[in-house]
Amino acid sequence: MIFDYNVIWENLPLYFGGVLVTLKLLLISLAFGLALAIPLGLMRVSKSPLLNFPAWLYTYVIRGTPMLVQLFLIYYGLAQFDVVRESFLWPYFSSATFCACLAFGINTSAYSAEILAGSLKSTAHGEIEAAKAMGMSRAKLYRRILLPSALRRALPQYSNEVIMMLHTTSLASIVTLIDITGAARTVSSQHYLPFEAFITAGLFYLCLTFVLVRLFKHAERRWLAYLAPRKA
Amino acid sequence: MYKLEVQDLHKRYGSHEVLKGVSLAAKAGDVISIIGSSGSGKSTFLRCINLLEQPHGGKILLNGEELKLLANKEGALKAADPKQLQRMRSRLAMVFQHFNLWSHMSALENVMEAPVHVLGIAKAEAREKAEHYLNKVGVAHRKDAYPAHMSGGEQQRVAIARALAMEPEVMLFDEPTSALDPELVGEVLKVMQDLAQEGRTMVVVTHEMGFAREVSNQLVFLHKGLVEERGDPREVLLNPQSERLQQFLSGSLK
Repeated sequence: MIFDYNVIWENLPLYFGGVLVTLKLLLISLAFGLALAIPLGLMRVSKSPLLNFPAWLYTYVIRGTPMLVQLFLIYYGLAQFDVVRESFLWPYFSSATFCACLAFGINTSAYSAEILAGSLKSTAHGEIEAAKAMGMSRAKLYRRILLPSALRRALPQYSNEVIMMLHTTSLASIVTLIDITGAARTVSSQHYLPFEAFITAGLFYLCLTFVLVRLFKHAERRWLAYLAPRKA
Repeated sequence: MYKLEVQDLHKRYGSHEVLKGVSLAAKAGDVISIIGSSGSGKSTFLRCINLLEQPHGGKILLNGEELKLLANKEGALKAADPKQLQRMRSRLAMVFQHFNLWSHMSALENVMEAPVHVLGIAKAEAREKAEHYLNKVGVAHRKDAYPAHMSGGEQQRVAIARALAMEPEVMLFDEPTSALDPELVGEVLKVMQDLAQEGRTMVVVTHEMGFAREVSNQLVFLHKGLVEERGDPREVLLNPQSERLQQFLSGSLK
């Protein structure tokens, strides 16, 4: 077996462009997803069925269907309707980048909301009582005690979600985007070298994953120090 | 005038009545110990005072101001005005059996939190105050430590500093030494004794008969949701009138 380095070398700019697209997709969908996940997570721990049920239904439907199906529905499915094509939103919905970010953001919001809800529910009851006994209002209890504590404890699980999302962004290549996987597909079809093309893509994902893992380790050391064993 | 007045408090869980009309009145500087066997309702009574538990009847007054209560469908009373409840709770600091420090905050942050975010005190001033109170309870050297990295005695003293930093009218202690190893009980009791000597108004649910006898000036013995005996702790403990208290004391005589 001969590995054709030259082709990869020549196409590195294409891959680097792909890295940028992948990172853009990842960051936008994570930001959008997290912004949505916080209210959803809070709704999921609410005792009021009016708040809890819609959030439950949302996370159930999103987590219960494949990411690719959701992406196809948004990118191809919506275009089928005249209302969408004629609306002011069409410039957005006809853009693959927008549709991919929207689909990924919705998807990660559902998973993140469940992570956050689990973390909120496992807050020590005594800490909530102490906050109440000090005279905190409900809003303050959430803002000062529950959310800061739950978001920290959600970090390890959320880091998994982020890495899963990084890998999920590869689906964007199916809706015409040239992310890392898209670059690999291009190289593969132009040079008939699928092995070289995709192993390179794999290496890029591996590097990005490594960086993400380091970042989260760092974040955990900073924000989860209180759960770490006591230093001598 | 009384600092804290509780009149005829009732509380039930389902059909089981745990408090059948308990009253208590504390003047400024009073230290009231509440004793009783487990299940006597003493902790429940204390937790009803700041509405961590919902009573089913009774009145609660702080500095003569009555906490406005409303009954829900099951007859449990909740605060009619959440703002009033929050204000009264901030004047009634509580120390818990299991400390209940906020685990993601350092000792200093724990003590600063409520003064800054409930009372609205400036951060710099709150920090100064927090350091003062941590020093007072003897844990200033641990101010940057997280609760999980401290001993139980240290945690409870931080919790007392957290309560003190609110500069409350009345301090409520819910079995503050029950979760501590025997050798750590002394350091917490010593801090509480100092507070009592400063003239702070305290209501203490406790199993520490020594503390009840030496430090408090009023003793309340609860039995099955009723005050069985009350009075000067030395007299009551030396010469218990009711059979129940005699039994209780013979079991825990020290």
